[in-house]
Amino acid sequence: MTVETIKTILNADVLCGEDRLDREVHAACGSDMMSDVLAFVKEQAVLLTGLVNPQAVRTAEMMDISCIVFVRGKRPDGDIVALAERRKIVLLCTKLEMFSACGLLYSNGLKGGHLKK
Amino acid sequence: MSILKLHYDIDGSDFTRAGEASGKVKRVLKKLGLDAEAIRNVSIAMYEGEINMVIHAGGGEIDVEISSELVTIVLTDHGPGIEDVSLAMKEGYSTATDNIRSLGFGAGMGLPNIKKYANEVAIDTKVGVGTTITIKIYVPDCSAEL
Repeated sequence: MTVETIKTILNADVLCGEDRLDREVHAACGSDMMSDVLAFVKEQAVLLTGLVNPQAVRTAEMMDISCIVFVRGKRPDGDIVALAERRKIVLLCTKLEMFSACGLLYSNGLKGGHLKK
Repeated sequence: MSILKLHYDIDGSDFTRAGEASGKVKRVLKKLGLDAEAIRNVSIAMYEGEINMVIHAGGGEIDVEISSELVTIVLTDHGPGIEDVSLAMKEGYSTATDNIRSLGFGAGMGLPNIKKYANEVAIDTKVGVGTTITIKIYVPDCSAEL
């Protein structure tokens, strides 16, 4: 699934990375706890979160996550968007809450990953 | 075989900057062309350690040594120390405050995650004195020229 498709399914706004919407993602992880995300293993994943601080972007950077979707209509400030732009991470924003956003992506074919044992 | 040494002073007063050093190390390792999984393992283990250092110890220092076979990360702080290391290694155990949890950490996964992603972990801690965590990650089939 491309980031463009995720944007369409979630009726999301693009906060940065408009030129990188053709990226492919193969899995998704939804969490507000970044340590839980760091225990998650899957290449080319998208992160859905309600956490709007720089650690969401830094966690994505460490995990090679190419796209973050902020749920529940949350919007990060300009510094966070600038950090994501520097790290070439696409930021999307949807008004959907976490459960609905994850459910829509799952029902459209995107799967979860697994935890590192 | 040469060894690249990096040093970072970690500011414990600004949570928004926590993880900057880990990001820098990741970009250095990518430039060096190390094995992708080893880079990911180093990044996550160091990031968890750096976050812990800011959350629990008011900052500290991180030294990284990179060779073609091994990445060693030494995190040193002068914080409160860890009272019960075996308890701290259990998933879900945390002494973090609700404020820290609101920032996305403090789920009791920090040290367990470090253990998961590292090949070797050594924790030297003394209550009231501080903690030194040494993390070693092996680098397989490395084509990097240091």
